[in-house]
Amino acid sequence: MTGVLILFAHPNLERSRVNRTMRDAVAGLEQVTVHDLYDAYPDFDIDVAAEQARAEAHHSLVFHHPFYWYSCPAILKEWMDLVLTHGWAYGQDGTALSGKQLMSAVSTGGSVRAYAEGGSTRHTITQFLAPFDQTANLCGMNWQEPFVFHGTHDTNNEAIEQHAVAYRARIEALRDAGAT
Amino acid sequence: MDEHGFLFSAFVFLAAAVVVVPIAKRSGLGSVLGYLIAGVAIGPFGLTLITNPEDILHFAEFGVVMMLFLIGLELEPRMLWRMRKPIAGLGGLQVAVTTGILCTIGLAAGLAWQTSLAVGMALALSSTAIALQTLNEKNLMGTGGGRSAFSVLLFQDIAVIPMLALLPLLAIPALAAAGGGDGHAEGALAGLPGWLRALVVLGSVVAIILAGRFLIRPVMGFIAASRIREIFTAFALFLVIGIALLMQVIGLSPALGTFLAGVVLADSEYRHQLETDIEPFKGLLLGLFFISVGMSIDFDVAAAAPVIVTALVLGLMAVKFVILTGLGRAFGLPLSQIMLFACVLAQGGEFAFVLFQFAVTEGAIPAPTAALLTVVVALSMALTPIVILLHDKVIQPRLGRRQQADDMDPIEDGGHPVIIGGYGRVGQVIARLLNAHGIGTTLLDHDPDQIDMTRRYGSKSFYGDVMRLDLLRAAGVERARMFVVAIDDEEQAVELTQLLKEHFPHLTVMARARNRPHAYALMKAGADIYRRETFLSAVDMGEAALRHLGFGAYRARRAARRFARHDIDTLIDSFDIYEDEKALMSFSRARVDDLEQVMVQDAGQFHDDHEDSGFDGGHPDGKKTD
Repeated sequence: MTGVLILFAHPNLERSRVNRTMRDAVAGLEQVTVHDLYDAYPDFDIDVAAEQARAEAHHSLVFHHPFYWYSCPAILKEWMDLVLTHGWAYGQDGTALSGKQLMSAVSTGGSVRAYAEGGSTRHTITQFLAPFDQTANLCGMNWQEPFVFHGTHDTNNEAIEQHAVAYRARIEALRDAGAT
Repeated sequence: MDEHGFLFSAFVFLAAAVVVVPIAKRSGLGSVLGYLIAGVAIGPFGLTLITNPEDILHFAEFGVVMMLFLIGLELEPRMLWRMRKPIAGLGGLQVAVTTGILCTIGLAAGLAWQTSLAVGMALALSSTAIALQTLNEKNLMGTGGGRSAFSVLLFQDIAVIPMLALLPLLAIPALAAAGGGDGHAEGALAGLPGWLRALVVLGSVVAIILAGRFLIRPVMGFIAASRIREIFTAFALFLVIGIALLMQVIGLSPALGTFLAGVVLADSEYRHQLETDIEPFKGLLLGLFFISVGMSIDFDVAAAAPVIVTALVLGLMAVKFVILTGLGRAFGLPLSQIMLFACVLAQGGEFAFVLFQFAVTEGAIPAPTAALLTVVVALSMALTPIVILLHDKVIQPRLGRRQQADDMDPIEDGGHPVIIGGYGRVGQVIARLLNAHGIGTTLLDHDPDQIDMTRRYGSKSFYGDVMRLDLLRAAGVERARMFVVAIDDEEQAVELTQLLKEHFPHLTVMARARNRPHAYALMKAGADIYRRETFLSAVDMGEAALRHLGFGAYRARRAARRFARHDIDTLIDSFDIYEDEKALMSFSRARVDDLEQVMVQDAGQFHDDHEDSGFDGGHPDGKKTD
């Protein structure tokens, strides 16, 4: 079992700054697989067996995507719907993901202040990510503290660079923790 | 042939058939009865236009041979093997029991035991020609009763051989001297010892099987490749006549030999083509055969002893009917099928004529008895269509409620739901995709090489001209749900689409279009579904170019699909314009013109500046993000 599988979902990468920079920062890291879902499945016809084999081969999974309508872009949901099958991911014999780490790496347009109980979005990022947290729980995975970039609409290159470096460090830590 | 000459005879036959048969068919009597009536009408006891019915009967028996060949073609060896039990069991019992009972009746009537046995054997046989023609005409070959009847007829055809061999042993010395028994029916092998004859017969059968597998197919491939239609027809006839001759030489029934050849060729790619080529000859000869049966009914004999003849005809049919009913019951047929089975086989058969003739020369049956019985057999054959009519109109309606389920028997020849005409690159992909999901496809192509190739990979494919209605029917179009028109020739694809929509309106027709004008023509011809062959691959290449120039996979795919949709929409929109302006234009001319029109349309309305703005962030409210 190698290290980290990053399931990357961004339908419009040409327009992206934050997520593309983050992705570039982890691409090529040893024992880290970046798997671009929109690139692999432009028709959404996900190869379930291949995806399950890929997931089994890593000890940590990362859902890396921009926050679309307070959730993930459609293809990652499609991936979860199709790949996380009964008897494989959950259920009596569904132990394929058991003991693995799951982390969300997301970017939001709104600021930290917006993502608070009294803010404009009225909920914290942790609350929004509850479905992913519970998915990890059902599959016997260890839910990790999410890695979040707030305020993509009001940022600068320096902040983005810093965030990308931090992301790289976080992924490396995840990789090395799982290896032991 | 006749004092009037061959052409006159042919003219009389055809005229009688053309006048009487359609009327008989229309009035629900069936074509067989029509032919028989036509025969009576022109024969020695009608208008006396033809005076030598026996010669013609002999010639027309070849129609039966051809029919057996065609039936063989419908029966793959596997199916024949599956039928071994009904053939041997049902057929064997029918012949044995009927012979035994008829022989006993003969003895009781005071005939010599030799004569009784000979008569019993000859009368146990039924008429393959009448029974099968009736079953085919009513589309009952696939039913339980139809299949059982066929099994019995097949066994009878085989049983004729030992019967012919047995007749010389039944000679009554006093009669044999008069007959002068020359034993001609034994053929050219008469002089050989028994074991050698058996060996030759066995060898011939093996030779037919081997030749069918390894020689005839390549030869047919070669002939088909020459694309001269009439030579293929000639070869088909050559094959049937050749086998019939061979069988005569070795003393086997020609019908049986050609049947065997038919079975060997049943899983060949040329099956449908052979069927379509032989079918008209069979039809005509069989008609001629029925006409000659009608002509050969000797009304003088019947008139001399009307009571005896009537009693014998009815008695014969009643005895056979009762035995067949008992056997049908013993073999577990449902009641409605027993009735069909018994009605269709309750007559004497054409082989009886041969056996009577031979028995007289061998001295087993006195000539007057044979003449009387020949009339009885002919009359029983003539009565069969009437019995069947009775069966259809009186017996079946009473069993009607129970009959429904039986008639739903699966069609044994495996008609597929999808037929693909033109098995080139397009047809192949469609067939493979459907086959991968367990949907059977029947493939038709006029290129023998193509068919040969696909068969090596186990496809059900047939050689033939897809434009022929009879071939389409033979391929099972009437039962199919969908027809894929994937032939290369543009004009022909349009014609085929028209043909299919006209004759088989139930069928969904999907056509491969070469280009836009071709698509228009196919739409006009009534194609339900059409796809332009190069369009989607061109769009696909455009998408690959977009990707290469920096578009993400998902964005490029959406752009390509949007473009394809736009193009298909304009294709449909401009169909009306095409109707008005280009209807009379050749495809090539229209193609240039059409390209111009498409360019204008694109310039006018399709600049795809679509950017999927939904993915872009608008305001920092957390909606959409970078």
